[in-house]
Amino acid sequence: MTAAIVADNVSRTYQLDGVSVDALRGVSLTVETGDYVAIVGTSGSGKSTLMHLLGGLDRPTGGTLLIGGRDVARLTPDEMAELRNTTIGFVFQSFHLLARTTAQDNVGLPLVYRGVGRRERRERAAAMLDRVGLGHRVTHRPNQMSGGEQQRVAIARALVTGPSVLLADEPTGNLDSATGQSVLALLETLNADGVAVVLVTHDREVAARAHRQIRMKDGLIA
Amino acid sequence: MRVAEAWRVALEALRANRLRSMLTMLGVVIGVAAVVALVAIGTGTKNQIENQVEGLGSNLLIVVPGRLEAGAAPTSSPLTLDDVEAVNRIVGDRSRVAVTISSGEAVRAGSRTGFASMQGVLETTPTVFVRRLDRGAYLTRTDVSTGRRVVVLGAGVARDLFGDRDPIGRQITIGGVRFRVVGTFEQLGQSLGVDRDGEVHVPVTAAQRLLGTERIDGLAIRAPDRERIGELSAAVVAALTDRHPDTDFSAVTQEQILGVLGDILGVLTGVLAAIAGISLLVGGVGVSNIMLVSVRERTKEIGLRKAVGARPRDIGVQFLLEAVLLTTTGGILGMLLGGTTALLVDRFTPVPAALTWWSMALAFGVSAAVGIVFGVVPAQRAGRLDPVVALRTE
Ligand SMILES: Nc1ncnc2c1ncn2[C@@H]1O[C@H](COP(=O)(O)OP(=O)(O)O)[C@@H](O)[C@H]1O
Ligand SMILES: [Mg+2]
Repeated sequence: MTAAIVADNVSRTYQLDGVSVDALRGVSLTVETGDYVAIVGTSGSGKSTLMHLLGGLDRPTGGTLLIGGRDVARLTPDEMAELRNTTIGFVFQSFHLLARTTAQDNVGLPLVYRGVGRRERRERAAAMLDRVGLGHRVTHRPNQMSGGEQQRVAIARALVTGPSVLLADEPTGNLDSATGQSVLALLETLNADGVAVVLVTHDREVAARAHRQIRMKDGLIA
Repeated sequence: MRVAEAWRVALEALRANRLRSMLTMLGVVIGVAAVVALVAIGTGTKNQIENQVEGLGSNLLIVVPGRLEAGAAPTSSPLTLDDVEAVNRIVGDRSRVAVTISSGEAVRAGSRTGFASMQGVLETTPTVFVRRLDRGAYLTRTDVSTGRRVVVLGAGVARDLFGDRDPIGRQITIGGVRFRVVGTFEQLGQSLGVDRDGEVHVPVTAAQRLLGTERIDGLAIRAPDRERIGELSAAVVAALTDRHPDTDFSAVTQEQILGVLGDILGVLTGVLAAIAGISLLVGGVGVSNIMLVSVRERTKEIGLRKAVGARPRDIGVQFLLEAVLLTTTGGILGMLLGGTTALLVDRFTPVPAALTWWSMALAFGVSAAVGIVFGVVPAQRAGRLDPVVALRTE
């Protein structure tokens, strides 16, 4: 079985006003199918940069990165978009739901870019909302939901296209601890159902429950 | 499917910023309305003038002394009724030749006075031009040959001097000389800027005696058919030049007059449309500006859409549609506004206006094109946004 994501000596250097910042300085990491990886590390250590690379939102400036067996260096922007759409689900710290849009249509958004019709989108979105425990919030808008509910909507959106990997960058960072725990419990359930999960967290206990822990420091795996 | 979503999102975005969308549209609305209304007025004016020229009669050839050129000095006419006889021989039918000598004169009937444009004419005027009588009869050949002091009144003069009374058989004075009214014309209104209802027609011989001259101002010929106009024109000019070697003569046809007027009005309409087009352009710049603002405001949304699989093209199309929706909605409103303005102008002012489908279609097409042209840059900018950077924007 091929690994979901393989990073080999991956680096990422930002150019900022002529100054280069080495956010990642050669990171190697394999996310197996069904894996559960926790990434920890101090702020500014390169965790988000790594997540963006793993999720196909960004490209490495050095090294080799395979997502779903495909070398991102050789992919066109359209192929990268397709990869983000089908292979990866991304969950952000600040939810990033579309305001003025119902939970159902937020969840169905990735299906729009797969050419799925409106009716089928809504059916699949409703089913996914049910799965994250929000079957009763289908037509609610983000401002009518709590933070925990919004993050569940975001998780449902990440999963609606049936990706093999779910990337969550500090998904509980904006939530109180009880709500955060239930969101983490949801992620663990999803992982148990077979989705690989890569989770950035500051919570040692949470990290300890993962299959593997990766500690980042100054753009390297410590 | 993706396009349907793009439409929905574009519509939603415009609705969410209703006031801003309206203000942005305003530029396009005014531009399109101006194009439609001004083209309508240009077209209406052109139609009116063409109708007036055609209303004079058909296959007309007008012969006057002098050159018909801009800046040519007016020539005093050497033409007399003997020349008309010569022209009659060429034409071969005296009923097809009309003459005129005109002069502004004071007119009076009893205590009522007025001012009229006296036209000394032959009895042939109604068979050469289109002039319909309201009452009485026109001048006769005998009236002309004997220089009888009889007059046919324009509708305006008849009203000024007689009000509602029947003027037939009554006396008026023209330039202090008594004339007997034998007929009145139907109301004609203005043609080519001249008030035709202020005319009075008298026998050319009587007019010449009143004015103390043997001359006439010019003559008009009604050709039997269109094909013979050119030939006739050359023959008449040659004969007149032969008789008066020191004078140039010009012959113009209705078609030439229509051609010249049409060209002038065409240019005028074009200039008006171009001026209006500039305001459309300014409207387009406004659209571009607002679209850039919209892209900046929705950077995060763009980042998120990209993160879940939108291609650069999907985002670009979304913003392009938004711009096009903005300008075409503005275009439709502008068409309605411009069309309404044109109809009101036509109805309630002396300025004629005629709506043309091509100007409406053009204005709409241009407004859609403006949306595309001015939407492309913001759309491309949106499509190229880096999702990581976009999502980080606060
Ligand atoms: N777009 C960027 N341009 C310049 N520097 C950046 C950019 N993104 C991140 N960095 C820098 O890269 C380093 C790693 O950042 P990040 O991956 O966000 O760390 P973490 O998520 O672990 O807090 C930091 O020094 C940060 O300032
Ligand atoms: Mg981070």
